[in-house]
Amino acid sequence: MSVLTNPAAATRIVPAVVFDVRRPQRMIERSAFVYRRSWLVIVTGFFEPLFYLLSIRIGLSALVGDVDAGGVLVPYDQFVAPGLMAASAMNGAVFDSTMNVFFKIKVSKTYDAVLATPMSAGDVAVGEIGFAVIRGALYSTAFMLTMWGLGMVQSPWIVMSVPACILIGFAFASLGMALTTYMRSWEDFEYVPALTLPLFLFSATFYPISQYGNYAWAVRLSPLYHGVELVRAANLGQWDSSIFGHVAVLVGLTAVGIAVASRRIEALLLT
Amino acid sequence: MTHALHVFERDVVFLRRIWKAVLLSAVVQPVMYLLGVGIGVGSLVDRGADSADLLGGVSYFAFYATALLATTPMFVGGQEALWPTLDGFMWSNSYRAMLATPISSRDVVIGQLFRYALRCVVTAAGVAVVLAIFDDTRSWGLGLAVLVGVLTGLAFAMPFAAWTATREGDSSFPAIIRFGIIPMFLFSGAFYPVSQLPDALEPVAWVTPLWHGVELCRGAVLGGLGGGMAALHVAVLLAYVVGGTAACMVTFERRLRT
Amino acid sequence: MVGAQDPVVARQLVKKFDDFVAVDQIDVHVAPGEAFGFLGPNGAGKTSTMRMIGCISPVSSGELRIFGLDPEADGRKIRARMGVVPQLDQLDNELTVMENLVIYGRYFDLSRRDARAKAAELLDFVQLTERADSKVEPLSGGQQRRVSIARSLINDPDLLLLDEPTTGLDPQARHVLWDRLYMLKERGATQIITTHFMDEAEQLCDRLVVMDAGKIVAEGSPQGLIAEHVRREVLEVRFGHGRNEEQVEKLDGIGGRIEALPDRLLIYADDGEAALSELHRREVVPESSLIRRSSLEDVFLKLTGRTLVE
Repeated sequence: MSVLTNPAAATRIVPAVVFDVRRPQRMIERSAFVYRRSWLVIVTGFFEPLFYLLSIRIGLSALVGDVDAGGVLVPYDQFVAPGLMAASAMNGAVFDSTMNVFFKIKVSKTYDAVLATPMSAGDVAVGEIGFAVIRGALYSTAFMLTMWGLGMVQSPWIVMSVPACILIGFAFASLGMALTTYMRSWEDFEYVPALTLPLFLFSATFYPISQYGNYAWAVRLSPLYHGVELVRAANLGQWDSSIFGHVAVLVGLTAVGIAVASRRIEALLLT
Repeated sequence: MTHALHVFERDVVFLRRIWKAVLLSAVVQPVMYLLGVGIGVGSLVDRGADSADLLGGVSYFAFYATALLATTPMFVGGQEALWPTLDGFMWSNSYRAMLATPISSRDVVIGQLFRYALRCVVTAAGVAVVLAIFDDTRSWGLGLAVLVGVLTGLAFAMPFAAWTATREGDSSFPAIIRFGIIPMFLFSGAFYPVSQLPDALEPVAWVTPLWHGVELCRGAVLGGLGGGMAALHVAVLLAYVVGGTAACMVTFERRLRT
Repeated sequence: MVGAQDPVVARQLVKKFDDFVAVDQIDVHVAPGEAFGFLGPNGAGKTSTMRMIGCISPVSSGELRIFGLDPEADGRKIRARMGVVPQLDQLDNELTVMENLVIYGRYFDLSRRDARAKAAELLDFVQLTERADSKVEPLSGGQQRRVSIARSLINDPDLLLLDEPTTGLDPQARHVLWDRLYMLKERGATQIITTHFMDEAEQLCDRLVVMDAGKIVAEGSPQGLIAEHVRREVLEVRFGHGRNEEQVEKLDGIGGRIEALPDRLLIYADDGEAALSELHRREVVPESSLIRRSSLEDVFLKLTGRTLVE
């Protein structure tokens, strides 16, 4: 059967499933069912970034002093806080969309039963990513409120840090899910931190990008860097045209991730 | 004892299969932390006026890097005693399969101790090799610090394994990492001296095995640690390992004999 | 008579996995209200066929229409009218029994209230109301299969696909299940069942096809197939291992056909008792003998030379 002579096959080459998304909210509803019983798991997830923030505030801030954040001198903990907020949005999204999704594809076969209904692979991908993002948004909001409570907020624009983290969540959850569809066994997941740790450490999270000197270009390759810049701009209330670039990078990665993830889920499960 | 060696042998085969992952946690990740935190944050810290005093006269890089000799085996040993160990009880059920042979539950415990120790040795040695590259941390004491790293890793692995043997699922494990390991990593003197902590928190840090491991590693590589304190640190770590192993003997036996 | 909107119409249907041909040019027609069976050993291509009909596996070549629709283009629409009981239960282990049904109803766009009401009704139908708030895992195999059946009915399907519905269940659980499926059939639901159990096919199917190595080797009603391919009764005789084959020539003329298996001889006859008397008259005395009614197992043996369950 030639692709060229079969119009139905030809439309499948265009990533039709990307647009075949109608009921992703049903997958989110499923997650809500699951976590209604294990809400504690969600609550405890907030503490990890909080511990980082407190540790830096208590110990490291005094050692470092003030840091230059785009022309303004801020205490070190206030410099790092937006970076931690962005990084935890990334980490949460990656966790939700890798191990959890792999388990559902390979072990519990959750999606097989879903795809026997009017739900599509696109619904599954977008729904699962959507839940990861919602969970991330809860954490971001809590983190923002904590910063505010500790007197670490510089500007009311900080409220924009939550939508910024939602963008980060979308980008990393969809990339994580796309990556997961290529995983063969649990051992492959040991490599995930090898990807996220350098992003965490080298995305201008802990010190200004100026410190990288001639290597600053490499930092700009990090998707997380663009997220960190957005959150930091929100905290300082300093907006300029560069934010369009940052937003574009995150939105673009989200589109690519969702396209790959839904096509791969289809290829894996609809054989 | 030979039976325990057989248990151990099976794990060596398994480890060979995942050596890349071990390399990742033992070398690649520590290098990233060294570059990202040791050098990156270090350059911010060393600029500070009184930071050298607070760090006892060493660079921040040396201060932080030596802590990695203890924290990395802590992560690796601790994790190994959770999911992979529960796997032996539940999913692959390999421990019970061993008990069908002349191997006893004590042999299984000792075999696991060797397995954790092996992972910790590889990990700590990897970090030590990396530290040997840098002027600030090149020292013969690195060899000693590898032993301390193993002891630190086991101080976590053995009590964790005893807990794992009582579990029917992994639901408590993320909480152990989040509320046990991570706070210890952050507040037990790896990133800054515990004297920076509020007065009420400092004694808490003293009780944690990680603080003793970090102090010992730092002393071994950078010097400046008295013999009495060193002996105390070793004693505390040993107490955790022995206590954990004894607990394992009880919980493994109970789990595997019923 | 093939209607344009009939549940299943397949012509020259093929499923290939790389070089392996799982389903090889089969023609199938399932009429509304019919209970239709795919009978065959493991690996015959039954499940591959079911997955194509369920619109979760693309057709390699040939034509497939479900309710007159093309699975490639209208998969969602077709699946909306279908209920599927997969071979492995695929229940959602993270949810309770009730939640499994409710969320499934939601996948079919039922309102929350309708999904809940329907779920309660179906749990009652499969006699599991008291387990509604239990997780799936503690349930027995038979109970889990009943949850699967209840779940597959949440959208009042026009077509029900049951892949090996009683495999792995104990005899009692099988009978409970058959009873429920029989009730559904009486209500007029179209059912497609795959099975490698003869008794199941005879109990549940109006009409069936026998599949072997991806091809259809026979088609008809269970009784029709038996009448067409074998005699009414079977006399099974055993002469001890390895000594069965040598007895065949002594039995010439008894019954219709004789099948020699390593452990026994099968003599197909209209009257088993008469055949056995004839054996004794010729002074051929087996170690043991048994007369039973012919079954689809015998049909399959005749068509392929192999037994169904090895």
